[in-house]
Amino acid sequence: MDILETLETLWNGSGFKSLFTGEGWKNLIMIFVSCVLLYLGIKKKFEPLLLVGIAFGCLLVNLSYFVGGDTADALYHLDLWDNFLDPNHPDYHSYGAIMAHGGLLDILYIGVKAGVYPSLIFMGVGAMTDFGPLIANPKSLLLGAAAQMGVFLAFFGAICLGFTGQEAASIGIIGGADGPTAIFLTTKLAPHLLGAIAIAAYSYMALIPMIQPPIMKLLTTEKERQIKMEQARTVSKTEKIIFPIIVAMFVILLLPSTAPLIGCLMLGNLWRECGVTERLSDTVQNALMNIVTVFLGISVGATTAASRFLSPETIKIIVLGLTAFCFSTVGGLLVGKIMCKLSGGKINPLIGSAGVSAVPMAARVSQMEGQKANPKNFLLMHAMGPNVAGVIGSAIAAGFLLAVFK
Amino acid sequence: MFDKLTLAVEEITEVTSEAASKGDELSIPEAGVTAVFGYAVVFFGLVILMIVLYCTGAYFKSRDAKAKAAEEAAKKAAPAAPAAAAPAADQKLAPGSAGHVKLFDVPDKEAAMIMAIVADKMQTPLNELHFISIKEVK
Repeated sequence: MDILETLETLWNGSGFKSLFTGEGWKNLIMIFVSCVLLYLGIKKKFEPLLLVGIAFGCLLVNLSYFVGGDTADALYHLDLWDNFLDPNHPDYHSYGAIMAHGGLLDILYIGVKAGVYPSLIFMGVGAMTDFGPLIANPKSLLLGAAAQMGVFLAFFGAICLGFTGQEAASIGIIGGADGPTAIFLTTKLAPHLLGAIAIAAYSYMALIPMIQPPIMKLLTTEKERQIKMEQARTVSKTEKIIFPIIVAMFVILLLPSTAPLIGCLMLGNLWRECGVTERLSDTVQNALMNIVTVFLGISVGATTAASRFLSPETIKIIVLGLTAFCFSTVGGLLVGKIMCKLSGGKINPLIGSAGVSAVPMAARVSQMEGQKANPKNFLLMHAMGPNVAGVIGSAIAAGFLLAVFK
Repeated sequence: MFDKLTLAVEEITEVTSEAASKGDELSIPEAGVTAVFGYAVVFFGLVILMIVLYCTGAYFKSRDAKAKAAEEAAKKAAPAAPAAAAPAADQKLAPGSAGHVKLFDVPDKEAAMIMAIVADKMQTPLNELHFISIKEVK
């Protein structure tokens, strides 16, 4: 055995060599970015359940996939997925090719690509959500609708910045403040932007307690923030059972493209409320949700390969995402103010900002701001109505964009 | 009026379907129309859902009201028994208490802790608050 030749072979195949040749410096930057994301997730607790997985997926892909290098041992192959999406390639829409030639993260990513993980996450969200405050006060749905303003403004802004219709739709949905919906829509319309959009969506969701309060203070008066709302009526068990069935029938008939998300959301909620499937409800809320979160986080992180992620588009997406979040909050607050005036001061406009989904973070922010203005103010349950309405609203917005651009 | 509305909807549909057919090269005015139309669709969907929820809510409220009326009528028919029961219920209340609190899946100790936290946050003495029920939200 020629030791020098073996050493040379090992060196040529190692990631260390790839890091310092060609475009390897981009991987170095992405390794640094993944460490920053890990810090934010672990130390600052920014949506840690997903961000830690996304960050580590980002680290893994940038340690193993180098453009121009040997990609045989890579965990995720951008080129395979490019072939998958190329109508002129023999591997077009061939999951078989992915299974045959892909790495571990390629195989896990199939669940994202097929829209399985986001839908299963929605099932868990449905099983964890009490729609009672929304059923007790159906007006909350208006706030959930109003808070989708950022989605469409960011969509328009993205077109102005030169993105295609599909890309703009995927960027706009960040304003829905709903991670699974953003991932679901992006994998269908602009999969090459998935990493940047998922990271922007989850980071901004974690930053809601910092993003929303200044806008809330700017758009509402001290007197409005002090408004105490009357206790909502008690919702019967039968109403809670009927609700998911009605919503599923109505929304899916209106926009069939929302079927995977709304269908799973409402099925999860029906399991929770019907009272005869407690085992299933418990599994979906805990075990299944955790398993899917593991797969979703790591496989979304894998899409942040340096050659794709490090581009001016990523910066534009981050700016547009923040704009979308801010304007969604503005939309909810403005309609909240209108409802406050029309109700003769019975509705606290702060609950409007909870119309961006981000359950239950946005509702908590409304509660905190309301209590700062008046310590006797308890807005949490009132804000939960718009909050869960926002989940349905963002799914409808995604369904519309999917129907138009698919 | 209806004809004009139909025409407007047809025009919007035309613009959005054009937008759909050329997703790669969407012009700014087309994007504007698509954005406004999309926002309107979200509102339309949720407003219709709101109406449906109001209708089902009204049905259940009237059903509850009927059940309550029937219960009251039954009580009036047998007034002696509740009259005797009422003082017994009052006797169970602790001094200064505003009434009983219903606990759903919440142990007594946790309920006491929650009530203390709420009173502290509201900066109101605990004996001035009336807790109706405490339920664990899973």
